[in-house]
Amino acid sequence: MSLQFNNEQMTEFKSLVARYPEGKQKSALLPVLHLAQDSFGGWLPTEAMDYVASLLEIEPIEVYEVATFYSMYNLKPVGKFVFEVCQTGPCMISGSENIIAYIQKQLDIKPGETTKDGMFTLKLVECLGACGYAPMMQVGKIYREHLTKEKVDAIIAEYRMQVVALN
Amino acid sequence: MGVKLLLEKANVPGIRTYDVYRREGGYAAAEKALKEMSIEAIVEEVKKSGLRGRGGAGFPAGMKWSFIAKPEGVPRHLVCNADESEPGTFKDRYLMEFLPHLLIEGLLISSYALGSNDTYIYIRGEYAWVATILEDAIVEATKNGWLGKNILGTGFDCMVHVHRGAGAYICGEETALIESLEGKRGNPRIKPPFPAIQGLWMRPTVVNNVETLAAVVPIIKMGGEEYAKIGVGRSTGTKLISACGNINKPGVYEIDMTISVEDFIYSDEYCGGIAGGKKLKACIPGGSSVPILPANLLLKTAKGETRYMNYESLSDGGFATGSMMGSGGFIILDEDQCIVKNTLTLARFYRHESCGQCSPCREGTGWMEKILQKIELGKGESSDIDLLWDIQRKIEGNTICPLGDAAAWPVAAAIRHFRDEFEWHINNRELSQTSNFGLQHYADPIHVPA
Ligand SMILES: Cc1cc2nc3c(=O)[nH]c(=O)nc-3n(C[C@H](O)[C@H](O)[C@H](O)COP(=O)(O)O)c2cc1C
Ligand code: SF4
Ligand code: FES
Repeated sequence: MSLQFNNEQMTEFKSLVARYPEGKQKSALLPVLHLAQDSFGGWLPTEAMDYVASLLEIEPIEVYEVATFYSMYNLKPVGKFVFEVCQTGPCMISGSENIIAYIQKQLDIKPGETTKDGMFTLKLVECLGACGYAPMMQVGKIYREHLTKEKVDAIIAEYRMQVVALN
Repeated sequence: MGVKLLLEKANVPGIRTYDVYRREGGYAAAEKALKEMSIEAIVEEVKKSGLRGRGGAGFPAGMKWSFIAKPEGVPRHLVCNADESEPGTFKDRYLMEFLPHLLIEGLLISSYALGSNDTYIYIRGEYAWVATILEDAIVEATKNGWLGKNILGTGFDCMVHVHRGAGAYICGEETALIESLEGKRGNPRIKPPFPAIQGLWMRPTVVNNVETLAAVVPIIKMGGEEYAKIGVGRSTGTKLISACGNINKPGVYEIDMTISVEDFIYSDEYCGGIAGGKKLKACIPGGSSVPILPANLLLKTAKGETRYMNYESLSDGGFATGSMMGSGGFIILDEDQCIVKNTLTLARFYRHESCGQCSPCREGTGWMEKILQKIELGKGESSDIDLLWDIQRKIEGNTICPLGDAAAWPVAAAIRHFRDEFEWHINNRELSQTSNFGLQHYADPIHVPA
């Protein structure tokens, strides 16, 4: 198997499993899938799910049924930066539709699509618990709130810069 | 200024850290509980306080605690519900983000009272940075002897673990949460057995909301009786309200439950009035699941009495003319908002979040979304309103968990109070997406800002 946690990830894996009693290691499945997704390029290929199953000593199907149930697990490759824009009621009445349309225009993609350069994916999601700071989106582990067109432009530029700086 | 029991110190610089929290009097309640009080006495204080669950259902916390089974040799668990996914609700996030040690102190006292040596915080997966804040606070609390083995020399061991969910509203329902904590899909369990008898890993379990458990700290500090003197009737203590939508000052506010809805919306201390000087059209006062109310029924009950921000007053009139306190997610819609469209986004939410176990919920939520979509797109027929009504009635009460009801109620209330707006959409198909029905008919009396 080629996909494997490195030493640091393995240490994290062990500390996650240690949060649950002996024999209840399956309880660590959700946190371990987060770790796997973060470690293996932002999504969960079957190989990654099988690897998690073997680590937790459970059947692969037990991993598949969980990975398909929860919306945070990506079962297809995604861009480097995933814009998850909230579209539920409170955000909608605070102008999320304009923001969604603007992002589509600026990135030239539709919801569910990834830009050709593999940089950005646009996803429409349901309430993220930031309704008072709407419109908003989640990018990776952080929330970008009180979005305006200008702010969206600045955020896109910021991530483009980040990638340039890394190369 | 109203009484503040939870957020009093939220603005103290550095309060997120152990040192500052402790210096400001933190962990004194835990010390009192563990050193000076018996387990029975702690439960008794919580009972006397009248504290009702802050997660949505409002069940008395002390009573829930007294139901936990105590079979010999079987571990018990306390689980803190930090899934917070009900649209309009973002109060637990605020509390955890700014006052993580307040929650940990509440968890410690509550774990001691319930005999939980391993306590879990189930936090929605998207709050990743909040999970990190909590984990850091747990490390600090452990270092300072408030968690771990033999706490304060009492012989009581307690560890708090953070468990991140992964995006599923249904995992806020307590039995789905337990399934998810066991590493499974979030399918609610059929009750009984109740978690208090067989919960996490089939062990006796209490699930409480973040705010409920944090409120245990002031209750122990001041005593249940003093706590119960704040507020009114069975709405004791303070409540966090997350206010959002078309208001000047969205945010999280702690209220004592004697304030009127009108004051809450228009006073500068809270929402600061409707944004842009517009008029108030409607409000969903307790998270997306509770019935929407038109402005006139929001500010006054059907009997013409002032409506207050508390459990009893918000539900005055039942579903016919009232609503619910719910989770405290307070959503304001101004005159420009379309009720059909707002209801559509909520219907889509529930369709997306249904776990799919029961057919009335799985199929019904999909149907409601489709019909609302049709009306919104200007393709509605007059029979659609009755069809929607019929579907929501067939869901309500016919499912394993209350998500079915939660999906039915918003649709029912929208039709009940805004039927003319639905009809307008159907009779003015070409205008349906571009114009707005506005404030006609039902919006009287409306508070017009001076
Ligand atoms: C669909 C659904 C979602 C829920 N979501 C939450 C939630 O996010 N947070 C919460 O505390 N309670 C939620 N609840 C209520 C819980 O089932 C449970 O009543 C609550 O956590 C008990 O805590 P409390 O008594 O302290 O309020 C939800 C219930 C349902 C049916
Ligand atoms: S009511 Fe809906 S969410 Fe609840 S168990 Fe049934 S299908 Fe699942
Ligand atoms: S509705 Fe968008 S964050 Fe809640």
